[in-house]
Amino acid sequence: MQQLLENRPRLIGLPVLALMLVVWLIPPPGATHATTHEISLDATQYEYAPGRVHVNQGDRVVITLTAADVVHGFYLDGYGLERRVEPGVSQQITFTADKAGKFRYRCSVSCGPLHPFMIGELVVESNTPYWRATGLVLVAVGGMLAYLWLTGKNKSYQEVISGK
Amino acid sequence: MLTEGRIDLLERIPLLKRMLKARAFQPAMMLLTLFVFTLAILTGIAGTPAGSRNFGIIFVWIVWWALLIVVLVPFFGRLWCTICPIPAPGEWLQRRAIIERLPGKLRTRGLRWPRRLKNMWLQNFGFLGVAVFSTIILTRPNVSAWLLLSFLLVGVALSAFYKNRVFCRYVCPVGGFIGLYSLLSPIELRVADPNVCADHKTKDCVTGNEHGYGCPWMVFPGDLTRNVYCGMCFECLKTCPKNNIVLNLRPFGSDLMVAKERRLDEAYKAFIMLGCALLYSVVLLGPWGWLKNWASMDTLPHWALYASSFVIFNLVLLPGLFALVVWLIRRITGNQRPFHQMFVDFAYTLIPLGLAAWIAFSFGFVLINGSYALVVLSDPFGWGWNLFGTSGVSWTPLGTSLIPFLQVGVLTAGLLFALNTAYKVARQHNAHHRPAFLAMLPVAGFAVLVTLGFLRLYLG
Repeated sequence: MQQLLENRPRLIGLPVLALMLVVWLIPPPGATHATTHEISLDATQYEYAPGRVHVNQGDRVVITLTAADVVHGFYLDGYGLERRVEPGVSQQITFTADKAGKFRYRCSVSCGPLHPFMIGELVVESNTPYWRATGLVLVAVGGMLAYLWLTGKNKSYQEVISGK
Repeated sequence: MLTEGRIDLLERIPLLKRMLKARAFQPAMMLLTLFVFTLAILTGIAGTPAGSRNFGIIFVWIVWWALLIVVLVPFFGRLWCTICPIPAPGEWLQRRAIIERLPGKLRTRGLRWPRRLKNMWLQNFGFLGVAVFSTIILTRPNVSAWLLLSFLLVGVALSAFYKNRVFCRYVCPVGGFIGLYSLLSPIELRVADPNVCADHKTKDCVTGNEHGYGCPWMVFPGDLTRNVYCGMCFECLKTCPKNNIVLNLRPFGSDLMVAKERRLDEAYKAFIMLGCALLYSVVLLGPWGWLKNWASMDTLPHWALYASSFVIFNLVLLPGLFALVVWLIRRITGNQRPFHQMFVDFAYTLIPLGLAAWIAFSFGFVLINGSYALVVLSDPFGWGWNLFGTSGVSWTPLGTSLIPFLQVGVLTAGLLFALNTAYKVARQHNAHHRPAFLAMLPVAGFAVLVTLGFLRLYLG
């Protein structure tokens, strides 16, 4: 096996790809008991309070959105939810957090110079995309190190540098 | 001479050669970009202060930036410098001509650029200087416009005192990082046979002739082994009487292995770029409003603390951590090479990672805010115009579900490229495989940690 890999080091790509596939397909942890999260989200130039919200996948989320200074907006990436909120008039947004991952909520109404960067984060646990991405990167690094080890072993300095 | 794995595009595509040899090509492109640049300045100064409705902000920091960092730099290196409008007025004043090649010397005081500034340090500090104000520059049209105008004026002023493109070569903060990252690009301008240049008495590419000017970037193409300081102006293609200039398609990152020209100023540019991508991801794309306000100068003490932390992180902390990595390599391998040389050499492994980090960061706001481009195209000043019927287009964030995948993909590619580079650099230090492999491991660990940091910010 080792001999085969030393002769044809690119074959290392096969187990690496298989491992990446496994990492990608690992099922997320079993669903927890779904609960309802009532969140008061206050928008001011140029932040939301709280700036980061954690819920579990499957939870029902009820956001009461208020604006403290000027007219703001709320757009939730990945879920496509959008609301406009004026000072003194709260808005309620209800949805089920059925997709895991980190989703940014951002102001959708031009509210001042830093408007494009007025961002908050909804983390829907178990945040499988993040853990899968981390796993994929580590597997890819392992594969690359194995490839470099195998290819460099019998190559001269000139062959390594020229990439032969 | 390295021609293996190279394809000469000028030979393969005669039309491209004709186009690049034509004296009108570069000025025509510059006039076009100068028009857009002037509009960006005018709209910045006279248009609406709302950045998302101002052509100057959207076309410079969204459209141009996306084009530059996602397409031009990774795939075409310094091609932006070919058409950049900033040096145009100064260069045309020096030449007293836009298209034709007039006889006589350049109209300038002809002063010598100070020897101690013949490096990238001015560009490093210039970039950091702009970077600490970037939250303001990116969001205030008038500040952005004055910055662009100041680039233009400094370019003209330097052209009045110094020959050629001193601004581009030694001052332009954008040109510095384009040059560094052009080491990675799969395009290179070189000579077909350096011996032809060595034997050539008149060196027309340096002195100029009736077909074109001597290299405005003060480069001798016969010695060119890296892309960093070649501005791809193609004057040498026009002047070379030996038909010795080639434009090669080559493997990505070929220049990273040119060991003899590695320098501390370029190494620091790699740290600054990587550090800025990390800090911008925290400040601009993170959920911490207080940090955005500090960066936006809500009070002077807050901004001073932010700016000093920003500079210290880039100039001391990040290079300091990397110095520890190099110390570890020396401990593991017992390598007796000078510490300075190992530090500089291994820093080049961060170049692919840095470019990947900038692309990933840019995906985070370019796709989200790209739809504003249609609005400002119809109403560049924000005065209620509707030139092309698109001023009423509502804000439509693009690819919000796709962006994390793009970011993971590009960061992983950059990381793997960095590991490959680290191993090759280590082999340059240690001819044998095993000690070289051991030597690259601490660098690999550093690059993996940085990548995981980006993943945490974008997905975690």
